[in-house]
Amino acid sequence: MLHTLSLLVRNHPGVLSHVAGLFTRRGYNIESISVGVTENPELSRMTIAVGGDERVVQQIIKQCQKLVDVLSIKDLKYDESITRELAVFVVKTPSNQSRAEIIQIAGVFNARVADMSETSIMIEVTGNQRQIDSITRLLAQYGIEEMARTGIVALTFPSKRKPEDSLEKE
Amino acid sequence: MKLTGAQILIESLKAEGVEVIFGIPGGAIMPVYDVLFDSGIAHILTRHEQGAIHAAEGYARTTGKVGVCMATSGPGATNLVTGLVDALMDSTPIVAITGQVPTHLIGTDGFQEADIYGISIPATKYNYLVRDVNKLAQIVAEAFYIARTGRPGPVLIDLPKDIQNAVTEYVKPKPVSLPCYNQYFQEINEAQVDKAIQAIEEAERPVIYVGGGVIISGAHQELYEFAKRTRIPVTTTLMGLGSFPGTDELSLGMLGMHGTKYANYAMGEADLILALGARFDDRVTGKVSEFARNAKIVHVDIDAAEINKIVYAHIPIRGDVKKVLQVFLKKLDKAKLKTYDKWHKQIQEWKTQYPLTYENSEDRVIPQYVVEQIYEATKGEAIITVGVGQHQMWAAQYYRFQAPRSWVSSSGLGTMGFGFPAAIGAQVAYPHRTVFTIDGDGSFQMTIQELATAVQYHLPIKIAILNNGYLGMVRQWQQLFFKGRYSHTFLGSPDFVKIAEGYGAVGILITKKAEVRPAIEKALETDNTVVMDFRIPQEDNVYPMIPAGGTLKQMIG
Ligand SMILES: Cc1ncc(C[n+]2csc(CCOP(=O)(O)OP(=O)(O)O)c2C)c(N)n1
Repeated sequence: MLHTLSLLVRNHPGVLSHVAGLFTRRGYNIESISVGVTENPELSRMTIAVGGDERVVQQIIKQCQKLVDVLSIKDLKYDESITRELAVFVVKTPSNQSRAEIIQIAGVFNARVADMSETSIMIEVTGNQRQIDSITRLLAQYGIEEMARTGIVALTFPSKRKPEDSLEKE
Repeated sequence: MKLTGAQILIESLKAEGVEVIFGIPGGAIMPVYDVLFDSGIAHILTRHEQGAIHAAEGYARTTGKVGVCMATSGPGATNLVTGLVDALMDSTPIVAITGQVPTHLIGTDGFQEADIYGISIPATKYNYLVRDVNKLAQIVAEAFYIARTGRPGPVLIDLPKDIQNAVTEYVKPKPVSLPCYNQYFQEINEAQVDKAIQAIEEAERPVIYVGGGVIISGAHQELYEFAKRTRIPVTTTLMGLGSFPGTDELSLGMLGMHGTKYANYAMGEADLILALGARFDDRVTGKVSEFARNAKIVHVDIDAAEINKIVYAHIPIRGDVKKVLQVFLKKLDKAKLKTYDKWHKQIQEWKTQYPLTYENSEDRVIPQYVVEQIYEATKGEAIITVGVGQHQMWAAQYYRFQAPRSWVSSSGLGTMGFGFPAAIGAQVAYPHRTVFTIDGDGSFQMTIQELATAVQYHLPIKIAILNNGYLGMVRQWQQLFFKGRYSHTFLGSPDFVKIAEGYGAVGILITKKAEVRPAIEKALETDNTVVMDFRIPQEDNVYPMIPAGGTLKQMIG
């Protein structure tokens, strides 16, 4: 099962290597990772999607907690958090009909047409992973020339935040 | 007060109480060496950086203090890597300081540049690349704090040459406060201890399984009292040797792949295992799914990540073993303790039926006999360091360790060549104690050049080579599991007596059983470094043995 881990880490060089290196060394597979600075310039938030059963994820969490630069780590529950990913596609449009269909698909996913040429169309979309996976599958029928995904970012809903989610480690 | 980076470093080391550094200089660390020259801190010049870091480990493991080693950039730094991983695996507090090319050359493939920061990320507990001389004092304070607290480990500080030369106002470091580093310092959950005590009250066949954590936390006295009061038998890992007196009636000796049969049977039959500062290494568990299947497991560890890592702990207790045991002892007054008579009778039967013995009738130099003679001649009071292989296991089996921090073995990583330089560190720490290296001819040759170091600093280390002319442990596996095809394990080792003499040490050749004890006595009387070349049978094996990943039922010998 895919888990979404949200880490607060010290914002200084080398942190990403320390965290990513831990995953490599322990043989965990990162599905996606995204990093950006937070409201506090001394801290960055990393969102890491990993696969594995409950025991593996617990072990990952404990190993990450040991890292000197990791301030907190949470395993985000699906129904308690927002998870979003941005994806950009360039899709082939051999005919006007296919172009029209693609624009229709885009509409269903609230995606935006970012650019168009005679033979292709560029689409950007934000959504949760399931939505991005779906649109990717649908667009693949027409032939995806290029695509890029950011990896997910995630946060707990304020209404679901618990006192133990404060900045300190567990 | 204005100081250079190099001066700040040395001031900071003094502030940490550093008395000795093991290392080798070079271009990128010369400003620091210049300050070191008249600093009052001793320096031991080894002949290889691997020797320096293993010596620092030997110093750290026997004293409990942080061991410090130093190297230049590039090849000097990369030569430390094996020791860093070794220290990480065995939770040894080390601060390694490496010179680095000047900041403006970093990333340009400058002469003797290596990205030791990047290389050492998975090899250290934490590491630093110093980019600002104003942060240096604070970084050194942090490094020592991280190395010695919680679960100890190695920390590396990479120090570019221009930072060593940069001048700044020296400000004493603030007390270390690392908001991200507090997972080790929690209250002990007493309710969990209550549960564990209840489990002790209910058990019929309990065993205490002790790892290196007991030694690191200095909990041997608490352990002794706990075992004596509960009358629960004690088995230790390779790292745990010395945490409980090996001659005590409750001692089961070492468990695991080459552990005693009675320790392994006891673990196999136990209905309660109290794991104290031990991490269920595969050399202990064998096939995990078959390991201690009927036992309830209480796991005490300072490192939360160790709990449930390999085996499921029914009662996890997170904390420093010494403090946890103190809570146990306090609560024992009210506990309804049993005497486990049936269990002790069973264990006694196993001990009688499967004692740890060896064939000793012939007039050959039997390795186990050599170890026993060293044990007797030193009254069990020596510091013993070892390489990796059969000799290491014979030493673990037949030297009955009585006290903590007297056994120094590369256990987690299994680094050949560890023993002799580690002895250098131990002898530097304890000039007046007997320090013995029990080594293999293969292991010894991996760091043999440190003979020059031992002789130069007048370190009276006694080196007992159990010389079988083979990479013995690998040969044993070849014999047992590869149809006797001895693929590239024959060494045909050199004349160690002449080599010893060439380095200015004393060499003794021992080819007969009758020569064993006199040679050891002579070595103990000599105040020079002594190399004893014990010619043991080429094809002797270490027994008992559980094959890798095997189960108790597959135990050989
Ligand atoms: C640096 C290193 N290389 C290889 C090994 C694999 N290895 C484990 S035991 C062993 C043989 C050790 O031979 P020796 O030191 O002569 O000891 P013996 O087993 O003969 O007592 C080898 C090669 C190792 N542990 N460490």
